[in-house]
Amino acid sequence: MSQSVSERTRIKSERYESGVIPYAKMGYWDASYAVKNTDVLALFRITPQPGVDPVEAAAAVAGESSTATWTVVWTDLLTACDVYRAKAYRVDPVPSAPDQFFAYVAYEGDLFEEGSLPNMTASIIGNVFGFKAVKALRLEDMRIPHTYLKTFQGPATGVVVERERLDKFGRPLLGATVKPKLGLSGKNYGRVVFEGLKGGLDFLKDDENINSQPFMRWRERFIYCVEGINRAAAATGEVKGSYLNVTAGTMDEMIVRAEYAREIGSVIIMIDLVIGYTAIQTMAIWARANDMILHLHRAGNSTYARQKNHGINFRVICKWMRMSGVDHIHAGTVVGKLEGDPLMIQGFYDTLLKSKLAIDLPKGIFFDMDWAALRKCLPVASGGIHCGQMHQLLNYLGDDVILQFGGGTIGHPDGIQAGATANRVALEAIVLARNEGRNYIEEGPQILRDTAKMCGPLQTALDLWKDISFNYASTDTADFAETPTANV
Amino acid sequence: MRITQGAFSFLPDLTDEQIQKQIEFAIGKGWAVSIEWTDDPHPRNTYWDMWGLPLFDCKDAGAVMYELNECRKLNPEGYIKIQAFDATLGVESCVLAFMVSRPASEPGFYLARTEGVGRFQKYAISSYSVEAKPAGCRY
Repeated sequence: MSQSVSERTRIKSERYESGVIPYAKMGYWDASYAVKNTDVLALFRITPQPGVDPVEAAAAVAGESSTATWTVVWTDLLTACDVYRAKAYRVDPVPSAPDQFFAYVAYEGDLFEEGSLPNMTASIIGNVFGFKAVKALRLEDMRIPHTYLKTFQGPATGVVVERERLDKFGRPLLGATVKPKLGLSGKNYGRVVFEGLKGGLDFLKDDENINSQPFMRWRERFIYCVEGINRAAAATGEVKGSYLNVTAGTMDEMIVRAEYAREIGSVIIMIDLVIGYTAIQTMAIWARANDMILHLHRAGNSTYARQKNHGINFRVICKWMRMSGVDHIHAGTVVGKLEGDPLMIQGFYDTLLKSKLAIDLPKGIFFDMDWAALRKCLPVASGGIHCGQMHQLLNYLGDDVILQFGGGTIGHPDGIQAGATANRVALEAIVLARNEGRNYIEEGPQILRDTAKMCGPLQTALDLWKDISFNYASTDTADFAETPTANV
Repeated sequence: MRITQGAFSFLPDLTDEQIQKQIEFAIGKGWAVSIEWTDDPHPRNTYWDMWGLPLFDCKDAGAVMYELNECRKLNPEGYIKIQAFDATLGVESCVLAFMVSRPASEPGFYLARTEGVGRFQKYAISSYSVEAKPAGCRY
């Protein structure tokens, strides 16, 4: 026998010849794959490198986000590798973007640890976004199967229970962010909270970067905010709150701050997206166990969510955050100062609020998905909105939303209470008119002007902000809308 | 002070015509309308007295207005609110609530503070009218 042992035992199958073979041939492309109800599905927008076949690019993405490495490994044969390989099963051209393709990929449910968003995301967005074979890559949507959703807690409180706790029904909630974001002492900060709540808001809130800085340590803020909240509740007979941001450098410190917020009687705490998925899930479980509403600020998301060809679409972040268990998430305003195409924003709101999602391509919803009775997450509209837009806000965003007017409350010339009252009166007048069956969208400006005749603060606000709009084209727009949607 | 619970408390008190339109809106949505009243409007007093059951079968806003006026006759100085319930899967809760009657005088709430360790304070809100007065003679 002239051959060596290693030569004699070398694998004969073409599929397992050492070297580099196309991903599609490795089993990561299967055009006839029948999607299982238990599969996790992902839709990627792929921009292949020039000369790379879109099917091969899709297979490469499926491979790199599941079991593959760059070369053939014989140890695959020690596993049920056919099951564990993700399968790209469909590639469609993107309308009006000839270099881009939508690739559908299916992942076996057992690839992912139960109840762990970090585990699922480490696969789906782990390495693959730096992969050289694609010029750019964007995760556009996911279908999380019922079986996997059931391993997640979901929103600690949810919209229905939050409303019952607050005793507020039939209208959007109103909030404001304390301004200036940085520099106020605890005592002055609490003043803003008290004034806004007494004037008619339901919530005040910390901003994303208010934690515990030299000018105001967190306990000062919490104590003064709760004083303002209770004074305002006694002055109005309403349940009031202020999101106390417990974001900190360590998990232990966040829990310390959250427990203190509970002890002094706060109904709500807040965290920032930048604390990470593990920390968010931990805080959500803490919030459920402690009857606390959990607000999430999406700090950092636009670094990867805004550009159309690369990153993660915000609707995917909405899905992940509803799974992670937050009760509130900032999801755009349509009419305000931050990015937001109307159809895209409605897609985010549907994702957060509906019990079942149906494919709706103009809104960017690519999959049918049943939310498996996970509670609903309340979208927050914040950033450059004012009471003169109230009819548009109600039209675009509906009842289940928190409208947050920061500058639009605190910037009122007659003071914070007046600013808050202007917002509350405008909101109630528009909701009343809508319920009466009036054409509130068209008649909105007139309804507001008529209402302002009996409310001086509203008159002042309408006069001050009447010409303010942020009319820029959106970056993240619908691919399937019949006509391009303009910003308002 | 004016208690601002409910969806429309920052507007002038609704007229009966305005109330009826809101009831028509709720009935049109398929919601069940109910009437509740109290003489203890504490912000966390969840259970006001029910004026009968929610009107699950009622498609006539006029009939709701009749019940509202009956409730007003018996509680001229009480707080009365209209609520609407949506039994749809995933909601199964109140979806609209607004005040339709309130007493002529609303003295408001007292905020009691109990000093704790360090700067800790425990807060308790109580109604001036309810304090030390039994039900029925508060407003």
